[in-house]
Amino acid sequence: MPATPATASKRHPFQPQPWRDRRIEIILGNLLRTGVLLSAAVVLCGAFIYLSRHTHEPTNYRVFRGEPSEFRTIAGVIQSVIDGRGRGLIQLGLLLLIATPIARVVFSIVGFAIERDRMYVAFTLIVLAVLLYSLVGSGLGM
Amino acid sequence: MTILEFTAIVAIVSFVAGLLGSLTGLGGGVVLVPLLTALFHVDIRYAIGASLVSVIATSSGAASSYVKEGFSNIRIGMFLEIATTFGALLGAFLATRIPTSALAVIFGAVLLYSAFVSRQPRPQALRNLPPDPLATRLRLNGSFPDEGGARSYNVQRVPAGFSLMFGAGALSGMLGIGSGAVKVLAMDQAMGIPFKVSTTTSNFMIGVTAAASAGVYLSRGYVDPGLAMPVMLGVLAGSLLGSRILVKAETKSLRLVFAGVILVLGLQMLYKGFWGKI
Repeated sequence: MPATPATASKRHPFQPQPWRDRRIEIILGNLLRTGVLLSAAVVLCGAFIYLSRHTHEPTNYRVFRGEPSEFRTIAGVIQSVIDGRGRGLIQLGLLLLIATPIARVVFSIVGFAIERDRMYVAFTLIVLAVLLYSLVGSGLGM
Repeated sequence: MTILEFTAIVAIVSFVAGLLGSLTGLGGGVVLVPLLTALFHVDIRYAIGASLVSVIATSSGAASSYVKEGFSNIRIGMFLEIATTFGALLGAFLATRIPTSALAVIFGAVLLYSAFVSRQPRPQALRNLPPDPLATRLRLNGSFPDEGGARSYNVQRVPAGFSLMFGAGALSGMLGIGSGAVKVLAMDQAMGIPFKVSTTTSNFMIGVTAAASAGVYLSRGYVDPGLAMPVMLGVLAGSLLGSRILVKAETKSLRLVFAGVILVLGLQMLYKGFWGKI
């Protein structure tokens, strides 16, 4: 980082501190990558089970039927994982994938709180509220 | 086609889409839905669900390498995410209510626009603009490493950018794409953010935006595990490889070819939508 926090804040009194922002960004970036690799690993495990059981069955995605409830709700997905179903494991991996950016938003709240940036804590809480509404309000949590 | 053949072919196609999308910077998600519907006769709703999941994967997977370059601005990102997440929620609810032929027409229009934008030179951010009072109050101005030290920038026209990002979020939620073309319009054109900053920041935002509509899609039964699995794994592997070789690759002719593919797919989506073949 060529600009040190001291010189940057001298020139721009309202500018956020680049060094602290950057450290938060690096932590967030690593969090995102870990989440993606974890969810990809879970999806891959599910794929092996699913493909080994249904290898030669025909596919049909021409007609939209919608997924059964076991693949549409968090409780249903967890139940089908317990039952040892490959597709349940794939859906669990996809749920982890959706959770990854949500975790990033939660960590951003902590980061902004450490910087005592109340305005951005509030902005981030709004984003988190929308994300949680989309998960709960859409019926996924049932 | 058996499940094993289908999975293998979809994974290969998704890998190539992810690789080309990452190398050209145009995103792989935008070609996935038309490819899945045209080549594999997948219902557009299943295709959108699978594509949306892959968009989260590529955005989050690339984030750590973008962050190391030190260009992204987390305040711009978080502020605009308010607009994109509300938009994504609206887009996802609209997608479950409007007919699939209308979805195809909107998708076709977005593809044509993306192909057009990819042939335009990216707008150069004007240097030494006076700080905008609203942007200053929102602490959006920043600096990034450039040749010859740190270069600071002042964000312009915040309300226009915010509104356009709401539209970008709505398209993303409706079509299961990252809608990079609209973000260029909002962040580069309207807000005057230098393109190195806008590219990395918008990549950071795409995952959060897509997560806002993914919950709706999953609970409505649009995300099929058998289809989403090869799409997500293929696109993720392709885009990770693409970001590794990006620095050295000559992308100019590649961009031209990919823009051509997007154009053809856009025309095909419009045709299908208008003639009700979807």
